[in-house]
Amino acid sequence: MLIYLNTTSVSILLFLISVLGIFLNQKNILVMLMSLEMMFLSISFNLIFASIYLDDIVGQIFSLLILTVAAAESSIGLAILVIYYRIRNVITVELIHLMKG
Amino acid sequence: MYLLILWLPLLGSIFTGFFGRFLGHKGSSIISVICVIISMFFSILAFFEVGLLGINYYIVLSPWIEVGLFKISWSFLFDSLTITMLVIITSISSFVHIYSLEYMQNDPHLPRFMSFLEIFTFFMLVLVTADNFVQMFVGWEGVGLASYLLINFWFTRLAANQSAIKALIVNRVGDFGLSLGILTSFYIFNSVDYLTIFSLAPLFNNYNLNFGGVSISGITTVGIFLFIGAIGKSAQLGLHTWLPDAMEGPTPVSALIHAATMVTAGVFLLIRFSPLIEFSYIVLNILVIFGSLTAFFAGMSGVFQNDLKRVIAYSTCSQLGYMVFACGISCYHVSIFHLVNHAFFKALLFLSAGSVIHALSNEQDMRRMGSLIKFLPLTYSLMLIGSFALVGFPFLTGFYSKDFILELSQITLNNNLGKVEGVFACWLGNLAVFFTAFYSFRLVYLTFLNSVNINRIMILKSHEPSLLMLIPLILLSLCSIFLGYIGKDLFIGLGTDFWKSSIIILPMNSYFIEAEWLDTILKWLPFLFSICGIVLATLINVIKVYKLLYNNFYRIICFLVNKKWYWDILYNRFFVYPILNFGYFVSFKALDRGFIELLGPYGFSILVPTWSSIFIKLQTGQLSHYLFFIVLGVCLLLIVILNKIQLLIFYFVLIFFI
Repeated sequence: MLIYLNTTSVSILLFLISVLGIFLNQKNILVMLMSLEMMFLSISFNLIFASIYLDDIVGQIFSLLILTVAAAESSIGLAILVIYYRIRNVITVELIHLMKG
Repeated sequence: MYLLILWLPLLGSIFTGFFGRFLGHKGSSIISVICVIISMFFSILAFFEVGLLGINYYIVLSPWIEVGLFKISWSFLFDSLTITMLVIITSISSFVHIYSLEYMQNDPHLPRFMSFLEIFTFFMLVLVTADNFVQMFVGWEGVGLASYLLINFWFTRLAANQSAIKALIVNRVGDFGLSLGILTSFYIFNSVDYLTIFSLAPLFNNYNLNFGGVSISGITTVGIFLFIGAIGKSAQLGLHTWLPDAMEGPTPVSALIHAATMVTAGVFLLIRFSPLIEFSYIVLNILVIFGSLTAFFAGMSGVFQNDLKRVIAYSTCSQLGYMVFACGISCYHVSIFHLVNHAFFKALLFLSAGSVIHALSNEQDMRRMGSLIKFLPLTYSLMLIGSFALVGFPFLTGFYSKDFILELSQITLNNNLGKVEGVFACWLGNLAVFFTAFYSFRLVYLTFLNSVNINRIMILKSHEPSLLMLIPLILLSLCSIFLGYIGKDLFIGLGTDFWKSSIIILPMNSYFIEAEWLDTILKWLPFLFSICGIVLATLINVIKVYKLLYNNFYRIICFLVNKKWYWDILYNRFFVYPILNFGYFVSFKALDRGFIELLGPYGFSILVPTWSSIFIKLQTGQLSHYLFFIVLGVCLLLIVILNKIQLLIFYFVLIFFI
């Protein structure tokens, strides 16, 4: 029980750290992407742990799927980033505010 | 025949009103006058049948409203009281009709005038012949409406408009009281029929109404509400302000409405409800106090009025006070007798004043008249008859009714009878006699006897009216001389059975027999007072004593009385303007256009754009702000779903970081 709690807390802590990483970052969009990767990581970590704990394979299958999705997502994200950089010559998050309400 | 008395004036009114354009002046005059005169003859026949032969008629025409217990039918009750009023109304109305043929002959709207006069007569007849409250209320309101139309007859005049509105609204205050009285009596007696109410009234002597813990006698409540109605209609003290202002209408209107018929409706109501208010001492005492105050106040106000018609209007008000306090001392038959006599001599006074005004081409100010005795001798003698009848000169009509009322009020001074408020009635009534004599003869002196104050052209143009105006005047003056003597034994004679069941006086309240055994000096008292008034008027006007009277005290009194003791101004300042201000500033500006609009569509139309602009501004375009709202939303969702307060901590941490 104690182990379970600790491990869950680790993954949740990791998740929260990545949320804050996205949240508090005002400068670099690369860091945001990295935090996003870390989120995926913490979630798949959580899934793997749960599958072991519950003795069920579905969690690991999900984790594998998430890995592929994360890889695809980061590649698309980086591609968008490159295109954006090509146009604007800058990737500072603060300066992306053309979509004002 | 009985219903024709009512329908004929209605018929005449409809014909002259709708088809006056085609009938022309002569046609509409003939139709209306014939209708009213036939109605008068019928009502005299009816008087013979109902009053003298003693057959009461009760005609049920058709059901009107039937809801559960509430049953009203169009039905007409012809008993002695009704028939007396019928004769007064129709005869005064026909005299006025004939009179106004000449008086209004140059008016372009004569058919309209005739139509209004007749609709007034019709409503008045409905009022007196009704056998239930609601039908009576139809007549009551109709009379008010007709008075509005008649006072406002010259509708291009601002003063006429104002006074017509004033008359209608001030009357409406009383009408509200009357309608409350109707509702209360229905609540108590479960019926609005006179006969039911009157036969139940003695049984409800101890019936109390509860108003939030306060228990009031039911009959007293109804009586007070009825009296409020009578205050409005009969121009008693408090709501009397409309009557002098109503003199803006043509003179025949004043004679018809403000002398003989409409203002007597309130007194008629009290007399009609004698079986009810006899059982309430409180109401009777209120009647005595208000009536005697009115008689005194109006008598005093009339003293220094300078308008010919206004003097007579105040005199009407004063005489109505006599009638009301005669009701208050439970002498309803004397009250109605005075009403009959008063109708005739007051109509005579008004119509002869109209003759003077007609002769001087619409000059109403008494200070600009004088020495008309040379030019209008006949009008002078008619006016003098009217004035003598009014002051109660012996053996004219006023003597038989007014002096008898005063004698009765002196009876109440008797200690054994235990009527404290009788003192009030007695002294105020007697003083009012003095004032009555004074202003009547002041009027006669200023108009007819003093040296002339008119310019030459008007004097030369002045003439006696033609026979059309003189015939009603002469008939009225004959009535004013002889009617009191003729009617005395019938109406108020000892043991007369004329009234039968239409007036009920409880034996313990009935003491008019004692009046026969008054001290002689007390019987002479009103006469002495009126002689004093006449002598004073003579002194002031003939021997010119008034030069001695030019001091400040006299001037102040004179001014105060001329301004009617500031009743109108006080009313305006303390009631009318505050109410108008309330209407504009509070109920219109603060509530209707303020508070309620702010909560309603106007406030909503401001609220929506304001908040939407705030929400639009939330979308800054900054990625981190969007992220903040996403996370915030997730947190709130979690709070809602998991219903856990602990997550709020996370929420606060987030806000702290931002």
